[in-house]
Amino acid sequence: MSGEVLILIVLAIPLLTAAGIFLLDGVPDLRESVTIGGATALFLAVIALASTIEGGVGPERELLQAAPGFVFAFKLEPLGALFALVASGLWIVNSFYSIGYMRGNRERNQTRFYICFAIALFGAMGVAMSGNLFTLFVFYEVLTLSTYPLVAHKGDAAAQRGARIYLLTLLGTSIGLFLVGVVWTSSLAGSLDFVPGGLLDGKISPSEGSILLLLFAFGIGKAALMPFHFWLPNAMVAPTPVSALLHAVAVVKAGVFTVLKIAIFIFGADLLTEIPATDWVLGVACFTIIVASLIAITKDNLKARLAYSTVAQLAYVTAGAMLATSAGFMGGALQIAAHAAGKITLFMCAGAIYVATGKTEISDMRGLGQRMPLIFVAFLIGSLSIIGVPPLAGAWPKFALMQGAGLSEGHGYVVWVLIVSSLLNVAYLLPIPILALMAPKGTPEPAPYKREGGAPALTVLPPVFTAGLCLVLFFAMGLVGDFLTPITTTPAT
Amino acid sequence: MLEFILERANYWAIIGLMMVGLYITFQSTNMIKRLVGLSIFQTSVFLFYITLGKVAGGSAPILYGADAKGHGGHDGHGETEAHGTEAAGAAVDHATDGPSSDEVTQAAEEGAHGAAEAASAYGGGLQEVYSNPLPHVLILTAIVVGVATLSVGLALVVRIREAYGTIEADEVRAMDIVTADAQDADDIELAAEAS
Amino acid sequence: MLEAIAGLAPDVIARHGAALLVVIPLVLSGIAAFMPNGRLGWMLSIAGCAGSLLCAVVLLLQVQTLPGGVVSYELGGWDVPLGIEFRIDALNVLFLLLIAAVGLLAAIFSLPTVVAEVRQEKRALFYAAYLICFAGLLGVGATGDAFNLFVFLEISSISTYVLVALGGNRDRRAFPAALNYLMMGTIGATFFVIGVGFLYAVTGTLNMADIALRLRDIDGSNRAVHAGFAFIVVGLGLKSAMWPLHQWLPNAYAYAPSFVTMFLSATATKVAIYALIRFTFSVFTPDMSFEAMNFGFLFAPLAMIAMIACSFQAVFQTDVRRMLAYSSVAQVGYMLLGVSIGTAAGLSAGMFHLVNHALMKGALFMAVAGVVLTYQGTRINDFAGLGRAAPLTMTAFAVAGISLIGIPLTAGFQSKLALLEAMLDRGWGFAVAVIVISSILAVFYVGRVLQAVFFLPPSNPRKARQEAPALILIPLWILTIATLWIGIQANWVIDLTDAAATAALNPGGIR
Repeated sequence: MSGEVLILIVLAIPLLTAAGIFLLDGVPDLRESVTIGGATALFLAVIALASTIEGGVGPERELLQAAPGFVFAFKLEPLGALFALVASGLWIVNSFYSIGYMRGNRERNQTRFYICFAIALFGAMGVAMSGNLFTLFVFYEVLTLSTYPLVAHKGDAAAQRGARIYLLTLLGTSIGLFLVGVVWTSSLAGSLDFVPGGLLDGKISPSEGSILLLLFAFGIGKAALMPFHFWLPNAMVAPTPVSALLHAVAVVKAGVFTVLKIAIFIFGADLLTEIPATDWVLGVACFTIIVASLIAITKDNLKARLAYSTVAQLAYVTAGAMLATSAGFMGGALQIAAHAAGKITLFMCAGAIYVATGKTEISDMRGLGQRMPLIFVAFLIGSLSIIGVPPLAGAWPKFALMQGAGLSEGHGYVVWVLIVSSLLNVAYLLPIPILALMAPKGTPEPAPYKREGGAPALTVLPPVFTAGLCLVLFFAMGLVGDFLTPITTTPAT
Repeated sequence: MLEFILERANYWAIIGLMMVGLYITFQSTNMIKRLVGLSIFQTSVFLFYITLGKVAGGSAPILYGADAKGHGGHDGHGETEAHGTEAAGAAVDHATDGPSSDEVTQAAEEGAHGAAEAASAYGGGLQEVYSNPLPHVLILTAIVVGVATLSVGLALVVRIREAYGTIEADEVRAMDIVTADAQDADDIELAAEAS
Repeated sequence: MLEAIAGLAPDVIARHGAALLVVIPLVLSGIAAFMPNGRLGWMLSIAGCAGSLLCAVVLLLQVQTLPGGVVSYELGGWDVPLGIEFRIDALNVLFLLLIAAVGLLAAIFSLPTVVAEVRQEKRALFYAAYLICFAGLLGVGATGDAFNLFVFLEISSISTYVLVALGGNRDRRAFPAALNYLMMGTIGATFFVIGVGFLYAVTGTLNMADIALRLRDIDGSNRAVHAGFAFIVVGLGLKSAMWPLHQWLPNAYAYAPSFVTMFLSATATKVAIYALIRFTFSVFTPDMSFEAMNFGFLFAPLAMIAMIACSFQAVFQTDVRRMLAYSSVAQVGYMLLGVSIGTAAGLSAGMFHLVNHALMKGALFMAVAGVVLTYQGTRINDFAGLGRAAPLTMTAFAVAGISLIGIPLTAGFQSKLALLEAMLDRGWGFAVAVIVISSILAVFYVGRVLQAVFFLPPSNPRKARQEAPALILIPLWILTIATLWIGIQANWVIDLTDAAATAALNPGGIR
């Protein structure tokens, strides 16, 4: 099948899945089969689509013109393919996990939950395959809106409040800054297409470029750069599958993916090095890395700690983009894949613990490892991957980022930031599995399971699977790197 | 100075009526009086238009004399006449002013000029001087509109009187505020129940 | 598709469409007044609106195909410029089409709400008043004569006062609201007439195209022209609810019968804005409006204040209709902002937003009318939990609401995009900031209602599952789908507004 058709298929599958789920309301087993079937079909379609990419050039398709100068167009390139692969692949795992979690917790409104999930994936696919900034912006907003009901899922006052902050921050930054950046780019460059080497290269003065870069860097609230990071911890009121897939994979990764994409295709490495604001944004990213890690240490709530850890880890990608070197871009891109595998593992573990015991606080989890060894081993592997210990996936992006920082002039401090951050990672992640698995003497016996039989198998196996994925990815990173090289290498000017 | 004022006596009257009308409309709390003010305000505009239509020395716009025979004399003659006519309803002849610096007067002159042109468009020039009939027709329409507005307004006042028992705007407003407060109290109670 | 519709039209419409546009509803209103019941009145009003819509479509095609793009119709056969001319070009055909289409949908939707809110013996008269109002609005759009424009403006306004006052059966506050509207509206119209009087005094003609021609020969510093301009702008500003002349609007919208609110919000202020555009761009030259009179520097700040201040007021309303009414004033600000930058792109964007706003506000008020019908409440508390009880109605409400915010894939986003582009091209960075802030405020006020609708438990024990009747749902969803359609594919509207902006800036075929 040709790539042009596959693009449409990839967009259609999540929508059809959503429609199927809607029609099967009240027949839970069939409904969940549709979700899993849709997720599998989507993953296969994305693989087929990604395999059409040759030499960094993929299929493209113009859908329709929304307004003069604003076209819905899709164009696949390796970075987008990587993001689509990660999101759709993990959707399968997460669907199994959702079934276990939602049923285990007897959540209400499950149909709405699965529909919104499918629509969110539609948004993520659109973001991944977008052929210009306008399309990207539209799907970015689709993603925002479709995840709002997911965050507010519980419906109690806390969920409402968290969801409100989530929506207002993301909409506020995207309308207030991102949209202005998009329109401004359009009026400066006369087009919004993603151009290898940078659309704005040579069309803009450094001072204008600075303002534009700041508009983008802070307007893309999903990238959670401080001070617009607070929506992420607040969104943790959502059910854990949502936190796992959306707030470790689809939504936040859509944010940093957008940042990378804008850095590579709108600004381009050459322009970025000329713009003074690049250094400022890099500084903010480094600040975010350190400060978010420090805050994470102070959090006792497991999901909150993971959320701040996500904030820190996302800033790696932004930092990579702002280094404006091949290695920096590569590091950022690899981080998208590696962090997704690691963080989804951690979140799914957190959810499994909650379903089984009802515990959310880290201090209550001492000694739990004896009851739930698989979960905590998976947690340990995920943590080590995020810390960046070989042979786990997280090692490569850190390596590439350090290389990028070392090669880039005047950014040596970033290397130190990365090292300190790794140490902080150790400090806030490792104690959790270690204290659970090897409780110090005198720890009181952990409370009995809240749910009879402990965590359902469907909540235990997915994290184990993704923990294994962290290991596999370490060895597969070479392939991923080769795949990405054509776009991260700056074309000769 | 006095001449300057007197020359424009009807404009002063118009401005005065307009201000009086607007003042009553905004100042009075009695709704009937407010409608009266509105009518006075509108009336001032009627006068304004009629002033524009007056051509000094012109008669009522009914063709007579040579014109009535259906022949419009020579074109050139009509044109000159039109130019020579004085503008507007200033009671005092001010031909000596020449090109007046006063814009309104000039405007009125232009009006007369326009009227004359309009006339020449028809008959190709007239022997006699007539006032411009068009503003009168317009004002007839405007009066109808004004009457319609006034009657709707009065009907509304009747309904207000039935519903509130008063036609004082401030009393009506006070009652509305009480209603709104009661609703807000309701809302707060409901919100308290919901949480 | 338009050609197919136009093909249905009898020959007489092709020749007399400009006049029939207004005459059909006007004549039918007279008949409707004598109908024994509301149902017949309703049918007549649908017939009248459909007839006018057909005329508008035919006129659109004529404007697009005729050389010069102007349809000129001499009423009663009197020669222009002495007789009254109906003059249709790309600018006003857009408005005619909008009013006729929204009017038709409004007419179809009206029956259930009118039955619920208007007393039996008044219904036929109600429809008569509606048809007069409709005819008046179309007349304002169609006429090429300045004084005739005033007459039509008052025809529509006076019937509007009556329509608003009919809400008094439900809430007596409608009466003072209508009276207040009457006072302000009359003052506005009278100001407009004074302005026209000045122009007549200077040019000696009332035909707008003719005035425009003569004004071009007149020295730009003529103070009578300036005075006329000021009176006209203030008068039409009052009618179009330009901040700070909007005080009449919130109460009138909040207490009128639901149907009237819906119709007015989608059409009445729009027509006044049309007249404003016609005068500032076509009658006065843009040079004069924007340079000699500094129209832009007067209007842009007022528009921006409206966008911020009224959005703020909307956030704090507890009644949904009042909230939407304040939002309307804010949205008028968007349109005037587009008009006030004085470029073709800005004008087109302003009118584009105007069209979109008519569609989405129409949909919002229709959905509110549905709720009033089924649950007898308009406060936000009354809306709680309705997402479950009336999903179809509330989904349409939600779509129109997010369009009001300006979320992608909805019409509101497209026009805000166009506005932002126009502002950036003109280099008005501060206006960009204002648009953005106002949009974020819209997130708050729309979000508050949507949150109540979809996430709060029902506060009202009477609430069983109950959708609005089909007669409301169908027009509601037509508007909603139009909103989404424009959100995805807006070229056809932008083509119309671009043509309108070009026509406004270069009034072609001036004699």
